[in-house]
Amino acid sequence: MKNMSPTRTPMKEAAPDIRNKNFSEVALGYTAEEAMTEAARCLGCKNHPCTDGCPVSVRIPEFLCLVAEGKFAEAYAVIRSTNSLPAVCGRVCPQETQCEGKCVRGIKGEPVAIGRLERFCADFARANATHGSLETKQEGPRVAVIGSGPAGLACAGDLAAAGCRVTVFEALHAAGGVLVYGIPEFRLPKSIVAHEVDNLRRAGVEFSCDTVIGRSMTVDELFADGYRAVFIGSGAGLPQFMNIPGEGLCGVYSANEYLTRVNLMKAYEENALTPIKRARRVAVIGGGNVAMDAARCAKRMGAEEVYIVYRRGEEEMPARREEIHHAKEEGIIFRLLTNPTAILDDGRGNVAGITVQKMELGEPDAGGRRRPVAIPGSEEDIAVEAVIEAVGTRPNPLLRMTTEGLTANRWGCIVVGEDGVTTEKDGVFAGGDAVTGAATVILAMGAGKAGAAAILDYIKNNP
Amino acid sequence: MFLITKKKQLNENTVQMTIKAPHVARRALPGQFIIFRTHEGGERIPLTIASYDRESGEVTLIFQTVGASTSILGAKQEGESILDFVGPLGQASEFENETRVAVIGGGLGCAIAWPQAKFLHESGVEVDMICGFRNKDAVILEEEMKNSCQNLVLMTDDGSYGEKGLVTQGLKKLIEGGAKYSRVIAIGPPVMMKFVAALTKEYGIPTTVSMNPIMIDGTGMCGGCRVRVGGEYKFACVDGPDFDGHAVDFDELILRNRMYAEQENHHREETCNLLKQG
Repeated sequence: MKNMSPTRTPMKEAAPDIRNKNFSEVALGYTAEEAMTEAARCLGCKNHPCTDGCPVSVRIPEFLCLVAEGKFAEAYAVIRSTNSLPAVCGRVCPQETQCEGKCVRGIKGEPVAIGRLERFCADFARANATHGSLETKQEGPRVAVIGSGPAGLACAGDLAAAGCRVTVFEALHAAGGVLVYGIPEFRLPKSIVAHEVDNLRRAGVEFSCDTVIGRSMTVDELFADGYRAVFIGSGAGLPQFMNIPGEGLCGVYSANEYLTRVNLMKAYEENALTPIKRARRVAVIGGGNVAMDAARCAKRMGAEEVYIVYRRGEEEMPARREEIHHAKEEGIIFRLLTNPTAILDDGRGNVAGITVQKMELGEPDAGGRRRPVAIPGSEEDIAVEAVIEAVGTRPNPLLRMTTEGLTANRWGCIVVGEDGVTTEKDGVFAGGDAVTGAATVILAMGAGKAGAAAILDYIKNNP
Repeated sequence: MFLITKKKQLNENTVQMTIKAPHVARRALPGQFIIFRTHEGGERIPLTIASYDRESGEVTLIFQTVGASTSILGAKQEGESILDFVGPLGQASEFENETRVAVIGGGLGCAIAWPQAKFLHESGVEVDMICGFRNKDAVILEEEMKNSCQNLVLMTDDGSYGEKGLVTQGLKKLIEGGAKYSRVIAIGPPVMMKFVAALTKEYGIPTTVSMNPIMIDGTGMCGGCRVRVGGEYKFACVDGPDFDGHAVDFDELILRNRMYAEQENHHREETCNLLKQG
């Protein structure tokens, strides 16, 4: 029986004034009944526009049909056959611009809640340990994957499934890349990332943490060591700063640093040794998902007033609508069309505030977004004790600095051929933010899968 | 897990520790550093590599037990292990066509200055070392340093050992005495490096300093270790830790290193109490 309700089944969320004081997950997930009700909204379109909107081509109508029938383990297996990280994607994918954006039900009402249902299946599988018979022993060629973020994990998963002996090298002490250092616990619990990494381990993937390729070992040494191909998924972790006066003051963070202290190093836990400034008032500069994450973390770290300071309007914000909505619910104060021009000193080297300038939107720029223009004489100061800059990141230069034959463009992105993953160095492939600059988890996963396919081809053609 | 193979107490709060880490020892060069974490929940702390042995796969660190994490590390014994040990990180020191170099160490900085002096000395460069300590009890590595240079000038603030005075006075005396240095290397507290760099600027001697700012990842990811050099930000972890001493903004560095002073004191006291009880 199809469910013809124009609106989607709501998902329970923790109350804003309670959740903004803890790091527990905000979105609580569907019950089995809710999942079946929502999945029954799928019309099972033969031409499946939703699948076409998915960077890793999850067979969406097929899995939704199984969910509607209550066959959750089977539904999970369908998702898992093309997506190695369903529990992650169900939580952090921008479904509204991908699968759900293409859903026919979205024309006259709300699209099917595909992301929530993907999450439901993954959570069901984790709770019921139906991760299938993934125990395998690989005997195929050895492949090195650099970086254990979404691109690396997706690539490793596909290579292992094809029988390759894969080693994933990670610079930090925990696997997951941006999933563990960047995205906060309340949006993506770290136990879920650890579970997905364990799934890959069970599938035969080896993880070598604490290993900085480029320093501990070079790419050429990997080949000398017997690896037949290398996939670079080192992400875009190099933070940018605005280059305004006062950025050297104590209390000024890159969002990367702030989020790493909170998420990876668990500075919010009582017994964690990693220090973090617990400011009463915090300004977060930027309008993307990272800015929302940083602002919501600052609130949970006890700040009374947290500002999002963004030079364009809300319409222009690159963050997901859902994240903006959650941030507002939690009491984050939005200062839009507002551009910081300086960070102020309290006279002892600490942040005392920021000077901002009002902006108005002018003509659209090359990217189609209207360019903000400063309104003369509109300067004012906002009193804050900490400033977090979430104004973008670039690929880390370490690999291109230490790998001969690898080329990068002027933004530091690794140059690849028409297939999007083959670099100019023989046997070396790259994908994700390291190639595109900062983008989304799912696009990186798509690139990881493309990288795996290209590597399998390469090994076949170069026996 | 990484095994502690040797441990030696150099003075009251300075420890020399050797750790089995073949992947680090294999590629380590003077000037590079590692990041360690003793246990789950511990901090990631950078320490400069004092020496390495490629054959035995060991790396030696010399550190002061001044913070919570270094106190925890310093309380470990031979045969115990630590959880994480990453490296070698940072750019190795670069020296080209040096003829005579003054290597200056201040306090614990001598632990990092010494391998640089040794490396230059072994490459046939004439090396003078000027090492400053608070007092006689703080002196470390005297024999090692003596064997790694032509001329060791040992100084203490209070005159309880060696010459009385600051390293800048010792350096000035040597320069005025006719020593022609192609380079000065200064490693120690930021305020010492600041004054050495100010002095060598007067004489136009190229000067290398080694930075030890606050960091987390050590791979260029957090930007916490940013140091203003020649008016623009450099990340000490990937662009450094060595920089041109005449271009570094020391005042900002000194300020930024104090960022967590209060929390660190708190953690240290807590840790000390725990270690005492244990």
